[in-house]
Amino acid sequence: MAINAQTLNETEFFYGHKACAGCGGSLAVRIALKVLGENTFAVLPAGCMSAVGFNFPQLCFSNNAIISTFAGTASMLTGIEAGLRAQGVTDFHAVGFAGDGGTADIGLQALSGAIDRNDDILYICYDNEAYMNTGIQKSSLTPFGARTTTTPAGKNIRGNLRPKKNLFEIVAAHGIPYAATASVGYLNDFMRKIEKAKQIKGTKYIHILAPCPTGWGIQTDETIDVAKEVVDCGLWYLAEYENGSFILNHDPKEFTSIEKYLRKQSRFKHLTDKDIQTIQNSRDAKWEYIHRNFK
Amino acid sequence: MKPFLREKVPTSFDEIPDTTSYEAGYLVTKNAGWRSVRPIVDTEKCISCLRCYLHCPDGVIFRQDGKVAVDYDFCKGCGICKKMCKSGAIRMEAEK
Repeated sequence: MAINAQTLNETEFFYGHKACAGCGGSLAVRIALKVLGENTFAVLPAGCMSAVGFNFPQLCFSNNAIISTFAGTASMLTGIEAGLRAQGVTDFHAVGFAGDGGTADIGLQALSGAIDRNDDILYICYDNEAYMNTGIQKSSLTPFGARTTTTPAGKNIRGNLRPKKNLFEIVAAHGIPYAATASVGYLNDFMRKIEKAKQIKGTKYIHILAPCPTGWGIQTDETIDVAKEVVDCGLWYLAEYENGSFILNHDPKEFTSIEKYLRKQSRFKHLTDKDIQTIQNSRDAKWEYIHRNFK
Repeated sequence: MKPFLREKVPTSFDEIPDTTSYEAGYLVTKNAGWRSVRPIVDTEKCISCLRCYLHCPDGVIFRQDGKVAVDYDFCKGCGICKKMCKSGAIRMEAEK
């Protein structure tokens, strides 16, 4: 039976943390740990979740958890997995929670190495589309047009000039046993993917989009709605990569308005109608590619 | 077990371990002061669908007598639970 709110483990493993109210990333960590259970060893690199979870002596993880170097999430997972295996421990999960910067920029080399060795680990990237912990700097997963402190919106240049890096397909290109995308707006889908990743031996990667009210400029209670809307308007997609092929999990019959999605966030407030048309064109091109290549 | 606020808060260096290792889930401070509004659950209207519990970023909503209740020590008042509730059982009230 698929896991849902009624059957989910009632124990809280990430509790009392200091994340901003309405944080999408902390919701992703909380739900993932509840699905994985008690025998989980979590690795958190420098980033929001380590900053909010380990304010000594306030320790918010109820399972084993450790902070790694910014670049070393995947390498530390490799070590933990090997260490536990050497000790004869068999029933455990080694999971890493890194942000978009810690995954797509700084930790990409370590992640690539771990996938290459096919270590038995689960790597979860909570993508809030910028370095939020240090005050909203652009990462390579920041979408086109978004205003951050390093890509300010001025008269000539309106926010980030580069598109979001396609990390899901970069990871899949390694020939990884399992990779998936998710959104905190679709938690049942996310829980199903964690449950699936639990059963698979080898490297697993889940990329979950997690809105940040502080960095995106939305109300704290809008996190879930915005995370749902980004999927419904086609700027994010729910998919899996398994056995060498891509599977699309959710195919919206009709996209909701991109403009409505962008206009409610203050990071996109400065965009002109032409910018929005550019974003819409890139979405259409992306979906044409998805329909051609995904099952 | 739900994590809880410890009565004993380490105050001197003698009580804090020398290493960075410490008991997991050790909570010594509340988050309640962050809140400007608090969610109130109307147990008459609550149908225990647990949508609020599932979507709470802080995990402060828990089952109680077949309905849900809120741990006000750690609720930050983000209002996601109210938005998620389809039966209108949660309202936000200003903190005094």
